[in-house]
Amino acid sequence: MASETSSPRLPEPDRPWMMRTYAGHSDARRSNELYRRNLEKGQTGLSVAFDLPTQTGYDPDHELARGEVGKVGVSIAHRGDMATLLDQIPLDQMNTSMTINATAAWVLALYVVAAEEHDVAEEQLQGTTQNDILKEYLSRGTYAFPPGPSMRLIADTIAYTVQHIPKWNPINICSYHLQEAGATPVQEIAFAMSNAIAVLDAVKQRVDQDLMGSVFGRISFFVNAGVRFIEEHAKLRAMAVLWDELGRERYGVEDEKSRRLRYGVQVNSLGLTEAQPENNVYRIALEALAVTLGRGVRARAIQLPAWNEALGLPRPWDQQWSLRLQQILAYETDLLEYPDIFEGSKVMDGLVAELLEGAREEMHRVAELGGAVEAVDYMKAALVESHRKRWQRIESGEQVAVGMNRFTSTEPSPLTAGADGGILVVDPEVEAEQRAALERWRSERDQLAVDEALETLARVARDDGENIMPATIAAARAGATTGEWSQTLREAFGEYRAPTGVGDAVAAPTEELSELRGEVERLSESLGRRLKFLVGKPGLDGHSNGAEQIAVRARDAGMDVVYEGIRLTPTQIATSAAQEGVHVIGLSILSGSHRELIPAVLDALREAGAEDVPVVVGGIIPDADAEALRAAGIAGVYTPKDWNLNGMMRDIVELVAARHGVETAVGA
Amino acid sequence: MNRTDAVAAGRELGRRLRERDLTAAPAALNLIESRAPNAREQAQELLVELSPAALGGEAPGHVIGVTGPPGVGKSSLLSRLVAEWRRRERSVAVLAVDPSSRRSGGSLLGDRVRIEADPHDKSVFVRSTAAGDRLGGLAPATRSAAAALAAAFDVVVIETVGVGQSETEVADVADTVAVVLQPASGDVLQFLKAGIMEVPDVLVLTKADLEGPARRALADLNAALLALGATGTELCAVSSVPPPTGIDSLAEALEAHRAKLDLPARRRHARRRHALDDFIAEHGERGLRRLGGRLEAQRWLERQEADLDVPTLARALEARAEEPR
Repeated sequence: MASETSSPRLPEPDRPWMMRTYAGHSDARRSNELYRRNLEKGQTGLSVAFDLPTQTGYDPDHELARGEVGKVGVSIAHRGDMATLLDQIPLDQMNTSMTINATAAWVLALYVVAAEEHDVAEEQLQGTTQNDILKEYLSRGTYAFPPGPSMRLIADTIAYTVQHIPKWNPINICSYHLQEAGATPVQEIAFAMSNAIAVLDAVKQRVDQDLMGSVFGRISFFVNAGVRFIEEHAKLRAMAVLWDELGRERYGVEDEKSRRLRYGVQVNSLGLTEAQPENNVYRIALEALAVTLGRGVRARAIQLPAWNEALGLPRPWDQQWSLRLQQILAYETDLLEYPDIFEGSKVMDGLVAELLEGAREEMHRVAELGGAVEAVDYMKAALVESHRKRWQRIESGEQVAVGMNRFTSTEPSPLTAGADGGILVVDPEVEAEQRAALERWRSERDQLAVDEALETLARVARDDGENIMPATIAAARAGATTGEWSQTLREAFGEYRAPTGVGDAVAAPTEELSELRGEVERLSESLGRRLKFLVGKPGLDGHSNGAEQIAVRARDAGMDVVYEGIRLTPTQIATSAAQEGVHVIGLSILSGSHRELIPAVLDALREAGAEDVPVVVGGIIPDADAEALRAAGIAGVYTPKDWNLNGMMRDIVELVAARHGVETAVGA
Repeated sequence: MNRTDAVAAGRELGRRLRERDLTAAPAALNLIESRAPNAREQAQELLVELSPAALGGEAPGHVIGVTGPPGVGKSSLLSRLVAEWRRRERSVAVLAVDPSSRRSGGSLLGDRVRIEADPHDKSVFVRSTAAGDRLGGLAPATRSAAAALAAAFDVVVIETVGVGQSETEVADVADTVAVVLQPASGDVLQFLKAGIMEVPDVLVLTKADLEGPARRALADLNAALLALGATGTELCAVSSVPPPTGIDSLAEALEAHRAKLDLPARRRHARRRHALDDFIAEHGERGLRRLGGRLEAQRWLERQEADLDVPTLARALEARAEEPR
């Protein structure tokens, strides 16, 4: 019989992790109501989702903001919006995580000013600004400034918070979005660690060396967990080993606690399917195990996606369902009663060793290229390549996705049968309301004070030696807007377009692909020119992984592909289509702004005299919207359930052939 | 479309370009790039409409070749240059030739991304083409495209990637060739010195904001040009990051080169090269032998009338090859 002292249990069960839901939509008032309801349901922290204009630094009345205001998150244009968002929320106790990157310094400033108005001092504030720009270049696309100035903004916010808001996590190094972009576990570990090194090296230039220990201790990670949950758990253990090593060896951090890997998590969305969406609940539960099972590397904070992410925006009920999953895991199961259950596991240690070896090799490669900032092109191309292989495995059936490429026969789902199709639809009036509210804000503020604050900001931006935060907080206090802050910095820093990563290797042809090439070749002969395909991403949505895979596959199929990257206006797309003489256009939108942006592109095409060019659309598009788009003249609508890219390419060949009166063998 | 209609359609597009109707550019390029027999016929008609004989002289546009190794900042530079030309109220066409792989037959044309222009501005035209089988060289239709657009646009830029080969090809088409380098492009300096690379009309050094390295690179390039006796080559240092510098003096240098150039001679030479290359592409080495070899063919071309257009010259070469000897 085991004695008391050798009990396999912990003396006291652990406290649960922080439970959040990534939430926010429309305007500050509606989001505030949602947050207060979520907190009532037992959520223990806030996770703010901002809309794309706020994330990329445009006011709601900017041309690029069209169709995007309040869509994927809340629109925050000035301190007034922030005050409304945080109304009746106890900022001295709340732990608020904000998914904000290019404009992180600005949004942090708004938060600080909102706290002032609540009489809460900045040193009491707790929370996280995501603030990781490299992964925006690599995957998520909400960058605004070139790499150099962006790294400075990050370093400045870190330097500022370490001294003035000591409980704040100024940056979350994100491996999450790398996995969403197709990263293998090894790439996820290596690129995230290399990114952290680049950030720490940049901060090192800007703070007193005595502070580097606290800086290191304040850096946290934001990771992903896929459904292969054993390997995913090993990945986190490998990251913990590397992080400890980096702290000790590269930055001389002596305090062991400061070298501990701290991370928050949102589990995988990439593997969630549109087909039989109810199955996603199981996937999410298993993925949650990856980040909770082993006590040694358990997540500090968790937010889970909703079952219907591949369909559209989740409703409050969908998010509640995901929160309940966390609560069951923490409060009903015995998970929190034991020490690390993998300690001494040969299998786990073996997996960790394998991942460490691969990750070290890959980190070495990035270092040889001059570090993560210099290696953005390399990493981006590597991710596009991994993602392409992943798609090929799914298409060939080698990688099973239940309900999607196997076990596909199904009963109709009652979950999506409701009038709303099982998703949240943002009130289309929000955009107009926000524009009007912004105009009021501008007319009622002290313009002189704003002008002065922005002038100071511009001066500080040009002076690399000064920290950007005090001038940013002053501008927030004076009543400047998100767009004004960003525009001031854009003028000082210049703008930037990240690499698309699609230029590199050509696929080894499978039989199916060779056949497709033959068809493209034949059609091109008949057309007289090679089939030319424009892949466009209108609006502010930076999730370009899908568009990149389409572009690469079309190229591999033998087409001339014009892909110009993200964030294009309808006019830019129409102008390119006309000038480039393309035969067909493919548009990709994942932000839910297709109802505004697609008709705008069609109008622009008419204006550019290219109305004859057929247009297909891909994205997260509910059935009802798809019908409306077809009625407006869209030749094809593709959603996540159309995962067979070769099939899509064949459709495109047929479509162009039909428009030009050429017969093909494809349909036969 | 029957033959008469085709001829008329080609002529109509040619007429519109001649009258500087910039909206005709996309349709004109669709024709020029096409290999379909019907389209080729139309394209020839279009080019004849824009020949020096039809225009009453050389096309007024300034054809500028911009080339250099990848990653030196050509596209940022071009974005700034286009803005500068627009400030001077010049209309601009950019033909970006993409060197991407042709193994699948397809290509990814990404260059356009990087040339930023106001999409509402109808006086800027950007078209990208794949280099095709001619690695690093010009797309087959680029020469004709440049010649046609030079009738309508004030400036026509041909952008290519590479060094050692591409500037030679571009020199056959462009009135002015600019090679773009960045500090520490040591190999290019070696190419210049070794004569692997022809001395361009204008050398552009980008990233001049990197003070130390840029100063050293400028000194090295100056020394190399001096040693080569290339006193006619203008050396310009530019920076595209805010605030951009040197862009206006580069625009001046390009214009100055054009002003002192014997334009008719350069264009005439370009047309003859183009016609001979087209002939060889069509009839191969065997055809060339029937003309008595390359040198003999070139001599013969030099004796032809100065303002003949490319299709006419190519047809004349074909007729000559058919002559019994």
